[in-house]
Amino acid sequence: MGYRKDQLLARLQELKIDFTCYDHPVVLTVEEQAKHVGHLGGALSKNLLLKDKKHRLYVVSALAETKVDMKILSQRLGLGKGGLRMAPEENLLQVLQVPLGCVTPFALINESASAVSLLLDKGFKSKQTCYFHPLTNDVTIALSSSNLDKFIISIGKQPAYVNFEDAPAVGKDSPPDLAHLVPSGVPNSSEQPVENTTPTNVPHQNNVPKATEVKAKPKVQSKGPETLQSKVDKPTNASSVDNFVNDVFDIISPLFLSEALKKLDIKKEELSSIIDGIRGRAAPDLESIARSLKSASYTSGFHAGFETMLNRGLSGRPSRN
Amino acid sequence: MASSESLHLGHLIPFMFTKYLQDAFKVPLVIQLTDDEKFLWKNLTIAECKRLARENAKDIIACGFDVERTFIFTDLNYVGGGILGITPEDHIGKVSFPPVQAAPSFPSLFPHLFPGNDQLRCLIPCAIDQDPYFRMTRDVAPKIGFQKPSLIESRFFPALQGESTKMSASDPNSAIYVTDSSKQIKAKVNKYAFSGGQASVELHRKLGANLDVDVPIKYLNFFLEDDDELDHIKKEYKEGRMLTGEVKQRLIAVLSELVARHQRARAQVTEEMVDAFMAVRPLPNMFG
Repeated sequence: MGYRKDQLLARLQELKIDFTCYDHPVVLTVEEQAKHVGHLGGALSKNLLLKDKKHRLYVVSALAETKVDMKILSQRLGLGKGGLRMAPEENLLQVLQVPLGCVTPFALINESASAVSLLLDKGFKSKQTCYFHPLTNDVTIALSSSNLDKFIISIGKQPAYVNFEDAPAVGKDSPPDLAHLVPSGVPNSSEQPVENTTPTNVPHQNNVPKATEVKAKPKVQSKGPETLQSKVDKPTNASSVDNFVNDVFDIISPLFLSEALKKLDIKKEELSSIIDGIRGRAAPDLESIARSLKSASYTSGFHAGFETMLNRGLSGRPSRN
Repeated sequence: MASSESLHLGHLIPFMFTKYLQDAFKVPLVIQLTDDEKFLWKNLTIAECKRLARENAKDIIACGFDVERTFIFTDLNYVGGGILGITPEDHIGKVSFPPVQAAPSFPSLFPHLFPGNDQLRCLIPCAIDQDPYFRMTRDVAPKIGFQKPSLIESRFFPALQGESTKMSASDPNSAIYVTDSSKQIKAKVNKYAFSGGQASVELHRKLGANLDVDVPIKYLNFFLEDDDELDHIKKEYKEGRMLTGEVKQRLIAVLSELVARHQRARAQVTEEMVDAFMAVRPLPNMFG
């Protein structure tokens, strides 16, 4: 379902993007890649797939020698300290649709990766050509950053270059400078503009005259991160207390924000930071309550299972076919 | 852990840290309750020991461990059985007691959890006084073909009256118990928590507090989550701008919140829940 290397390269040619192509054995690391193409004059890139606490994904593509500090990057994105982690393997396979060791800006050609944010090293611009994997680990293509930009624009995105070694202060007076690179479009996001007073879930509903179309709209509406969530999150996440607590706040915060801003004469940033403070203080109690609920539910299930097995044996459980 | 009926805050520390580790790394946890210890060393019946262990288990569950990743067991129920034997000849039990303590460091004791995974690494968060037991285990491990367990130890938790006092069940004012009301916490901290402040306000403003002996600061070190606030309090107190009363007040608030949360969670723990945590069941989602 995902794009293959040949399809990508054909597309690059269609777009008149200049690149050079090198074949080599499968490589999983930059060091291994360097052995095969390092001497050919282009700049090696390292590519990371990162995830924040709200399950939003970021591809960070930088020169191999650039130091990328995750803590600083997290703060610059407005995610607080430690808000970024390496994404789990399944995100690579399901969202980017590339194999392990093959994170690459080109993976964003896939529809499944439409909500992924791409951060490119400013350092790419000063190199003649840079090396990336074209969706497969046994090939490297070399192209200039301006040609990379052509590709990115062709898939409907804006190239975003970042100086990763920059470490600007982030605080009340200096807002996070990379906050605009956090993927938006999650319906319950607190970044929703306040002017939108209709229910945030299906904003287009007002424009739809027929009842049947209303049912269809939500499906189209959730083409972005929501279906992504169901593809990306394994069923086990349903029992994650952390996710539950985050989800509760994600429901309450934007509602509170929009209602309070209507009635109170207060700046949005001030109210947002109050809400964040409340979130921090309520989290331990909310987490504790959620845990109790989870343990109680598990306990009920466990005892029900036990009784079922005792009284009815294997026939107590329905057969699936 | 082997405990008397009442848990105090010092007991909670390793459990709170362990819960943090479980949440941060999404790993399985086994908790051993040495109910045989009390049987061997004190004059309690087996039934009484088992009852105490279950009561301890309830407090442990209330710390918020993930039921999908946690197996709680007792020596008498899971490990003991044949090893100890129930004989009047209790010195035999005393000899085998240390090995029983050590065995849970090895994944092979839990075939229902880690089948065939004998080389799984084990990390043991514990209080510093547990060190000797596990050093012996580390010594033995390679000789029987297993990986050495690793230890991560929490700092010494002082009694309310200071480090020279021992926390003991006979002196209820030596510790804050998880069953204390907020009134009791307030009274205990105000009356008994050893202060590193000066004898008078004037002297205090001049010389500042001695943080090395101040118990409220030591307790805040363990229980105040906000590092920035903790640093601020330490600085202000040390330089004499903050008074002992204010530090104690902050501590009382922190401890009251913590204990209230624990009590609420504890109230939700049923006998059935203890059964579930202690059932020899598979934990399919134990990693990741």
